[in-house]
Amino acid sequence: MSTYEKYYVPEQSRFPIYAATSLFILVMGAASTINAMGQPDSMAKYMLYAGLASFGATLFFWFRKVVQEHLAGLDSAQLNQSFVYGMAWFIFSEVMFFAAFFGALFYVRTFSVPWLGGEGEKGLANMLWENFQSTWPLLTTPDLGAAYTVPEKSMAFPGWDKILTWLPLWNTVVLLSSSVTVHMAHVNLKAANKNKFNIWLGVTVSLAIFFVFLQALEYYEAYEHYGLTLNSGIYGSTFFMLTGFHGFHVMMGGLMLSVMLIRSVFYNHFKPDPHEHFGFEAASWYWHFVDVVWVMLFMFVYIL
Amino acid sequence: MSAVIESHDDHHHGPAKGLTRWLFTTNHKDIGTLYLWFSFAMFLIGGAMALVIRAELFQPGMQIVEPEFYNQMLTLHGLIMVFGAVMPAFVGLANWLVPMMVGAPDMALPRMNNLSFWILPFAFLMMLSSLFMEGGAPNFGWTFYAPLSTTYAPPSVTFFIFSVHILGASSIMGAINVIVTIMNMRAPGMTLMKMPLFVWSWLITAYLLIAVMPVLAGAVTMMLMDIHFGTSFFNAAGGGDPVLFQHIFWFFGHPEVYIMILPAFGIVSHIISTFSRKELFGYSSMVWAMVSIAILSFVVWAHHMFTVGMPLAAELFFMWATMLIAVPTGVKVFNWVATMFRGSITYETPMLFAIAFVVLFTIGGFSGLMLAITPADFQYHDTYFVVAHFHYVLVPGAIFSIMAAVYYWLPKWCGNMYDERLGRLHFWLSFIGVNVTFFPQHFIGLAGMPRRIPDYALQFADWNMVSTVGAFLFGASQILFLFIVVRTVMGGKKATPEVWEGAQGLEWTVDSPPPYHTFSTPPEVK
Repeated sequence: MSTYEKYYVPEQSRFPIYAATSLFILVMGAASTINAMGQPDSMAKYMLYAGLASFGATLFFWFRKVVQEHLAGLDSAQLNQSFVYGMAWFIFSEVMFFAAFFGALFYVRTFSVPWLGGEGEKGLANMLWENFQSTWPLLTTPDLGAAYTVPEKSMAFPGWDKILTWLPLWNTVVLLSSSVTVHMAHVNLKAANKNKFNIWLGVTVSLAIFFVFLQALEYYEAYEHYGLTLNSGIYGSTFFMLTGFHGFHVMMGGLMLSVMLIRSVFYNHFKPDPHEHFGFEAASWYWHFVDVVWVMLFMFVYIL
Repeated sequence: MSAVIESHDDHHHGPAKGLTRWLFTTNHKDIGTLYLWFSFAMFLIGGAMALVIRAELFQPGMQIVEPEFYNQMLTLHGLIMVFGAVMPAFVGLANWLVPMMVGAPDMALPRMNNLSFWILPFAFLMMLSSLFMEGGAPNFGWTFYAPLSTTYAPPSVTFFIFSVHILGASSIMGAINVIVTIMNMRAPGMTLMKMPLFVWSWLITAYLLIAVMPVLAGAVTMMLMDIHFGTSFFNAAGGGDPVLFQHIFWFFGHPEVYIMILPAFGIVSHIISTFSRKELFGYSSMVWAMVSIAILSFVVWAHHMFTVGMPLAAELFFMWATMLIAVPTGVKVFNWVATMFRGSITYETPMLFAIAFVVLFTIGGFSGLMLAITPADFQYHDTYFVVAHFHYVLVPGAIFSIMAAVYYWLPKWCGNMYDERLGRLHFWLSFIGVNVTFFPQHFIGLAGMPRRIPDYALQFADWNMVSTVGAFLFGASQILFLFIVVRTVMGGKKATPEVWEGAQGLEWTVDSPPPYHTFSTPPEVK
């Protein structure tokens, strides 16, 4: 009879099929809800809610099981290493997701908008809308039909005199600080200083929440005061999609860090040994990744 | 260290009984089997759609289906064959083979492995259900170019978009699992340059998958936003560009075509070496050729877009970069030929498929070189010549390699030998069918017949008729394949652990069929 001294092989599990089923309900609900956006009495949204709830619950119990197995000593150092590699490659996949949106931004700025404005090798495109002139940030659209809301101003750098009231700067300060605080938490964890770990991690989570608040404030300003919306042509499209997906990732990263905080404070998880706190470390990697994306955003969406 | 399987609980060492074995499994062999059967089912469904297309094209004029339904068929045929048949088949082979080849008991992340699989049936249920929705299924071709897929799409496009999202999630999780298994679960002594080539091919493929599936997710997300939330990514009226869609799509799409061929390279290398009874010629050059192909695949995407109106510098760059890929691909073809040179070759079914792969894939490669020449492509673009080209690399390329792999490893998987005479019959029917189907498409393409069209001018009639006859022959011979596989699984002559004289690798050192958890202690690799 085989012995399993060397390898981690889990028993059968119901989580994968539950996760797949609830993910199916989630996306069916999402697609139905979106297709039924004109009909407020549509029932589709309840399918979406059911999918979200069941998928979230499945993930919760699944991760709980992984944590329990680890605490019971049922896993192995090799499995821990697999988690390390797995998280790294997952973050790489996220990098490529953002690459698609940054690529779109660079493409429209370098090619399509100048071409539509009559510049460059394909400036012939100006024939479509002859009055259109290429600028960036693009506060107008080539076709000035009713489909578009024309913004009064962009989110770009407003000049040195207004820099202190410029929200993206404060967002940058908040998020860069949170990267430092999460690193301080890690340092203290490795130094077996659990109290300081909890405090630094708590500060990080607070900064995450503050960032999301500032971002919401910025969106409110954009919609209410600047007239900048998703319907404002390609500038609004790239601005909201890039910052929106980043904001969503901040929320996911903040959620991960909050879970780690709860595990540490209420359940006294995590020990200085690197094999005893990879859950936290993975979340902190993710947090640094979100931070790097913001730096790129700050450069290419706000400043340049 | 692991006692997740409790030590006294003996029945857990074998598979569980009944349906829950497949629903709750964490075993790489079970999951590999699921992937392979799922892919075969999709192959038959997608194939049936291809036969609808070919039946309509049997004669000029509208025969059987409406043009709208024809468009839905060709769209779903492409999507199902790419995402439902070829990719899951390779993931299934990876599941079965990679852990055995590297000396591991299972995949690195067994539960996530099962999730990767079970997303697929749901994703295709969602995609196929769009056939019954108002406005019909997606009808914009598998490349779903904007604005056809945004402004002019049927409402079911929303379901298509989310289906692609979860397919992507499945592929990314599957690829992470393979890559982590290869990086972390190799037996002691198995250095990277001692890995079997199939493992190498999957390491590179998994990297490509993780790099480009998120880009596809980005593309469909932009579509979703353009359709429903007023953004202008692919709309020039708002400052965007429909061509941007093509750039993003093909940045995914070109690595994607190598995702569908690199594992085939690995499989064919194993089979040719075994049946030539020689070591593979030029192992390290095979590895580096695959690495080069993977790197180049990121800088050639716009050769799909030569006629779209790009600056001249871009046309030239993408032409030269594309032609460069012929160099590492040529290295591989010459290495396979050199492996066979003066070998003691026998022609069992896997070897027949592998040799056919080398010859016919090379034909597809050459027509690819023709298409890579920008000025020539202006003539070939969107004609049946393109259809002939990519079907030559996908059907007698990727799919022949999958069939070769099934014949080669099926005795290992189920412990029974398949019927060699039936296997050869299946090969010859497929070989003739595939060539009768697709070779004439070169002619009608060069003569100017456009692709994706249900009716055509009279001068294309003869070769279209020939092509349709070939397609039905090829389709029918896959029923024979199904019969052979089922019969082998049910019983037959017992296979030895080695199965094939001259086969190399860890998977041939264990019983046929192998134990449920292949290696409970790591084997030593010298």
